[in-house]
Amino acid sequence: MGVIRILAALVARDLTLASRVGGSGMLSLVFFLMIVALVPFALGPDLNLLSRIGPAILWLSAVLATLIGLDRLFQADEEDGSLDLMTAAPVPLELVVLAKVIAHWITTGLPLALASPLFGLLVALDGTAMAATALTLLVGTPALTFVGAVGAALTASIRRGGLILAVLVLPLMIPTLIFGVSAAQSALGGTVPFATPLMILSGLSLIAALVGTFAAAAALRWSE
Amino acid sequence: MSTPLWTRLSNPSHFMRWSGTLVPWLAAISTAILALGLYLSWFVAPPDYQQGETVRIMFIHVPAAWLGVFFYASMSLSAIGTLVWRHPLADVAQRAAAPIGASFTLICLVTGSLWGKPMWGTYWVWDARLTSMLILFLIYCGIIALWRTMEDPNRAARSVAILTLVGAINLPIIKFSVNWWSTLHQPASILRMGGSTIDPSMLYPLLVMIGAATLGGTTLHLYAMRTEIMRRRVRTLTIREAERLDAGSTVTTSDAGRDLPLGQAV
Repeated sequence: MGVIRILAALVARDLTLASRVGGSGMLSLVFFLMIVALVPFALGPDLNLLSRIGPAILWLSAVLATLIGLDRLFQADEEDGSLDLMTAAPVPLELVVLAKVIAHWITTGLPLALASPLFGLLVALDGTAMAATALTLLVGTPALTFVGAVGAALTASIRRGGLILAVLVLPLMIPTLIFGVSAAQSALGGTVPFATPLMILSGLSLIAALVGTFAAAAALRWSE
Repeated sequence: MSTPLWTRLSNPSHFMRWSGTLVPWLAAISTAILALGLYLSWFVAPPDYQQGETVRIMFIHVPAAWLGVFFYASMSLSAIGTLVWRHPLADVAQRAAAPIGASFTLICLVTGSLWGKPMWGTYWVWDARLTSMLILFLIYCGIIALWRTMEDPNRAARSVAILTLVGAINLPIIKFSVNWWSTLHQPASILRMGGSTIDPSMLYPLLVMIGAATLGGTTLHLYAMRTEIMRRRVRTLTIREAERLDAGSTVTTSDAGRDLPLGQAV
């Protein structure tokens, strides 16, 4: 069986699970909306201020929304034993990790990026800023998910690992946050051209994909 | 005598023997150098022409910053030792280094903010260097927290080793992005302290203090490693004792839990 077919089968399995049990994709969208809606209550309904910090709000919400459901990324499979089957299967564990991370990104990162123009309306972003923020989220959220996968793999066997997962992965998400926000801000006008931070952001996603896949697979393999 | 020196030194019971004789000596020497360094930095080094007496904070601040980074580097090396050779002493070294490194990073942050108040007029600025140290401290906290949640030392060792290495890969990226971020948000800070701009009258006390801190940190590290080895021995003995007691009373208890070591989640 080809690698691509295995990958597709694993992704399809996780997507089916996500769509049947609780619909975590919809839930993280609602959570995203919730945080975006909370910020004006904290800062006041000043539209000028909100449009200035709008990309930052969207990015911060994306980081927090990515954390939702991350603790169950490997834990659910670890508990019902399917992770053991995948480890024993004649498939590299890295491929399994990659498939699960892709599925998780499709259910959280991708909807967030696609819905972000809509939520940008709430914080009074104009058209350019909305498009730019959506593009940076599309490019940058894979880095968040891959970094998060390492934490999820490390805490897979810990009961109530959600809090420690957040403590572990949030510092590692800082570079993505910095370049995501600065790319979105530079589209609003500034000294830095839009492409520079966007390139670095996509570089971060690629590095995170490489390091995250291998580190998460190593953590799962050695946790027994 | 055919085994290499390193293999002999890193055998845990061998380690206990040579470190036991070495630690008092190291402690004495580092105390002496620390006393000399403190004398130099308090009485010999001149006050700065702009900063006055507050510049003496530097003699604590810079060694602490160095040790915070130094212990992360040594933890990364130990992590490689844990993952590649599965050496028990590498894991002990890494575990012992984490709280020491975190403490020195915290000392660096606290002295830095105490220094910042008279110099910059505020306890905290989001300067690139300060921010990087803060993130380093947060990563230390995450590593220590992960250790505390896992009861089985062997499993914890490998997980923490992976986390440490991922952090080590990320630290340069974080450093780079924080530099980018701080130049984007505010002009470069007033703190410009390249090695060449320090006058020799301050440089030598600083170097003595850095040497004393490194030696003292190594002493603490060896001592913490000894404590960790003893803690593990106690744990093993407790498990054995529990197993012995369990084996003695097989009539009352079922055999199901026999093979589980004490303290492991059932």
